[in-house]
Amino acid sequence: MDYFKTSLDQLHEQLRAGQLTSQQLVDETLAGIDKIDPNVAAFLAVNADGAKKQAAAVDAAGIDADQPLSGVPIAIKDNIVTKGVVTTAASKILANFNPIYNATVVEKLAAAGAINVGKTNLDEFAMGSSTENSAFKTTKNAWDYTRVPGGSSGGSAAAVAAGEVVAALGSDTGGSIRQPAAFNGIVGFKPTYGRVSRWGLIAFSSSLDQIGTLTRNVKDAAQVLNVIAGHDERDSTTADKPVPDYTEKIGQAIKGMKIALPKEYLGKGVDPAVADKIKTAAKQLEDMGATVTEVSLPHTQYAVPAYYIIASSEASSNLQRFDGIRYGFRAKDVHNIEDVYVRSRSEGFGPEVKRRIMLGTFSLSAGFYDAYFKKAGQVRTLITRDFEAVFNDYDLIIGPTTPTVAFKIGEKVTDPVTMYMNDILTIPVNLAGLPAASVPAGFVDGMPVGLQLIGKPFAESTIFQVAAAFEAQNDYLAQIPGGK
Amino acid sequence: MNFETTIGLEVHVELKTKSKMFSPAPVTYGQEPNTETNVIDWGFPGVLPSINRGAYQLGIMVALALHADVTRETHFDRKNYFYPDNPKAYQITQSEKPLGTNGWVEIEVNGKKKKIGIAELHVEEDAGKNQHEDDGYSYVDLNRQGTPLVEIVSKPDITSPEEAYAYLETLRQIVQFTGASDVKMEEGSMRVDTNLSIRPIGQKHLGTKTEIKNLNSFVHVRDGLAFEEKRQQSVLLSGGEVRQETRRWDPDAKETILMRVKEGADDYRYFPEPDLPPVTVSQQWIDEVQASLPQPPAERREHYIKDWGIPAYDAGVLTQTKEMSDFFEATVAQGADAKQASNWLMGEVSGYLNAKHMELGQVALTPEHLAGMIKLIGDGTISSKMAKKVFKEIIQHDTDPDHWVREKGLIQLSDPAKLTPIISAVLDNNQQSIDDFKAGKDRAIGFLVGQIMKQTHGQANPKVVNQILMTEIKKR
Repeated sequence: MDYFKTSLDQLHEQLRAGQLTSQQLVDETLAGIDKIDPNVAAFLAVNADGAKKQAAAVDAAGIDADQPLSGVPIAIKDNIVTKGVVTTAASKILANFNPIYNATVVEKLAAAGAINVGKTNLDEFAMGSSTENSAFKTTKNAWDYTRVPGGSSGGSAAAVAAGEVVAALGSDTGGSIRQPAAFNGIVGFKPTYGRVSRWGLIAFSSSLDQIGTLTRNVKDAAQVLNVIAGHDERDSTTADKPVPDYTEKIGQAIKGMKIALPKEYLGKGVDPAVADKIKTAAKQLEDMGATVTEVSLPHTQYAVPAYYIIASSEASSNLQRFDGIRYGFRAKDVHNIEDVYVRSRSEGFGPEVKRRIMLGTFSLSAGFYDAYFKKAGQVRTLITRDFEAVFNDYDLIIGPTTPTVAFKIGEKVTDPVTMYMNDILTIPVNLAGLPAASVPAGFVDGMPVGLQLIGKPFAESTIFQVAAAFEAQNDYLAQIPGGK
Repeated sequence: MNFETTIGLEVHVELKTKSKMFSPAPVTYGQEPNTETNVIDWGFPGVLPSINRGAYQLGIMVALALHADVTRETHFDRKNYFYPDNPKAYQITQSEKPLGTNGWVEIEVNGKKKKIGIAELHVEEDAGKNQHEDDGYSYVDLNRQGTPLVEIVSKPDITSPEEAYAYLETLRQIVQFTGASDVKMEEGSMRVDTNLSIRPIGQKHLGTKTEIKNLNSFVHVRDGLAFEEKRQQSVLLSGGEVRQETRRWDPDAKETILMRVKEGADDYRYFPEPDLPPVTVSQQWIDEVQASLPQPPAERREHYIKDWGIPAYDAGVLTQTKEMSDFFEATVAQGADAKQASNWLMGEVSGYLNAKHMELGQVALTPEHLAGMIKLIGDGTISSKMAKKVFKEIIQHDTDPDHWVREKGLIQLSDPAKLTPIISAVLDNNQQSIDDFKAGKDRAIGFLVGQIMKQTHGQANPKVVNQILMTEIKKR
């Protein structure tokens, strides 16, 4: 199947018309993965047998005419638990972990007839911006195998960008969907915090994590979100709000749309060539009848330190359950409980995870809590208020998704702070719990640039509307990555 | 040198719920290890807690019964520590904003009443259990993991082991009456952590405290604290210093034994639980819970003593549990004499329950039947001897006593018109006894009564028999 040229709608039409069965589509997809993945290394596990069984069941039941995902193979980031399919979070500590239950999103996808074709690579426990922190393999950027795919949903992004699947699930804690989407020239969508259930998402930072989509085009993202969004009794941080049809505003004109462009998002640290692409995008939006106005989000510069304290603090607590007692990796030749804990965790976690556990443990410690964790929470409130102030007057905020295009593998791995700064434009959105997308906005030196669109809480439809209008004005999707 | 003692008590009470505090797994006892668990209890990757609102409501109930202020805007916190019985390596509890603050209970020691303050109470989840077996391995049972608890922390108002004992007994009763918990030390649904410090009278700051563990009954608490009080006194009097340490009560040796010396405070890195939304308790919710609270034991005792003439001691026994107190009140409401009802409940009923290791509610006895039987005794329908038979029947079977005594012919013969001919006939046949009586041998009466009872198959009312007999014998 040529996923470069086939949208979900087109796939659905072929399946519905009987020109293609789900089993054929799965077989073709598996063949594509066999061919492409040795270069891209997007998958940690291919669920060949499970996918074939699922497809046979969907074919037997008949393609659901009203469900565009029916019979369609989709890849799932490997920090989302899948019953009976090993789920590792790209960590040695869960190398052989076989979940006995499904994440809510996995249940919902299955109920819609979507096929779980495999689990994609990520930075260990979603901690990273390059997928280099995976304990198992380094995924390559679909456009240039010497560059990183971004992270932490690098596997999902590369799998979609390289044409292995039409759509994949990712998770976004500080930009982990949008940044790899931008680096790979595809659409990444992070919904409002509380829009999609986190039940079954292996927690990194509970107050920031949100599951979202990676697709080649905007409408596909809306169609996948239609399936996975909604209230879940098992996740009491989900919103008890109705889920609209996210495709409903796609195709509507954006005339009169009030769009804000924060000056901080084009400032220091942002590659001027990337900034130029965003200015061009702004011009295009104006040409379509929107207004684009420069605004300020004054506390943006504090987002990265606040984020690393909050996310690491929550992570230090969330990752304590990996103790070698009940499941997962346990060190050999341990003689007492202290040994089980210290050695299992020392040997099971990678260096970046350990760094964040230590940072978080320190930030929560007696005597430091007020200066770090509590202060970071206050900064978070200020950042949220920055956004609220702008959204009093505007419908949408735009900016670059990342300060630069994808960097080289190994380039930043020894310098965590530079690596962290790569997320400066995506992190504020998570701190404020807002929905945001990254859509392709051209190329710099042959590498894709992402335009970020940030919406009001639960205003996903507005993002889809503008993103789709912008997508329709350009032909970036026609350019296909060759790898090199 | 004279010292004063300060005692702190932290009481954990298991809330009586069908499911766990943050997971839908059932709360049960005595099941096979790890059978009453789900993925949440196991702390599997990706699972999330959900608040059991019913458990929270029971917490509010306990807070209100202890006169505490219920916190309107609160949240849960994580308490982080590694232990095999703690699968997430954090306990979900309330640290920053406990469910209730500033409560009190009134205790009585040697006739003196005193208010003991309650600093705070909060809800949290229980841990599982570690079991260390002889095979060199330790095993973990997570059945108890997630059981809802309320922790009640006293203010430093308790100044003697006797007060600690009275506080625990009062607290147990009050909580028991709310129905929020079984509060049974022997089953672990009530657990007590204690600390004690002493200081020379007049010294402003508190002395160094020691914690005492393994106190499995109120008596152990009292005895353990009393030992520790004396031990600290002798340490100070001999010029030594009390160290901050955890000690263990050995009930056989009757002494506390050093477990470990504490250096500094543990750092549990508390922070707000991000997986749960904040909890808002509305005034309406508080009002509803308040309205549902049963009358507390102290008020009931006062009512029994003042209005029903029950002795203070008996009133205390009748208010040991809500079940007993409710049963007593219902029996009186069914028309039984309060004093008689009290005597039966404290005597025969309690004796039966103790002998059978049963509780009210597990036997067939109802307040209606007990009241019915007491009425039958009162109006002379049955004798107290027959009443024992009736009691045996009604505590074992759902039998109406009035109906049953008539059916079994156990009704006492009290009608003089029916008794007089029988008595006359007995006298006719026993001239020797009449002679003996007239010669001053009172024992002869006993023989005659025995004969009359024999003739009436034991159903004659002894009081009426005596009256008629004396009248008739004097006629001869």
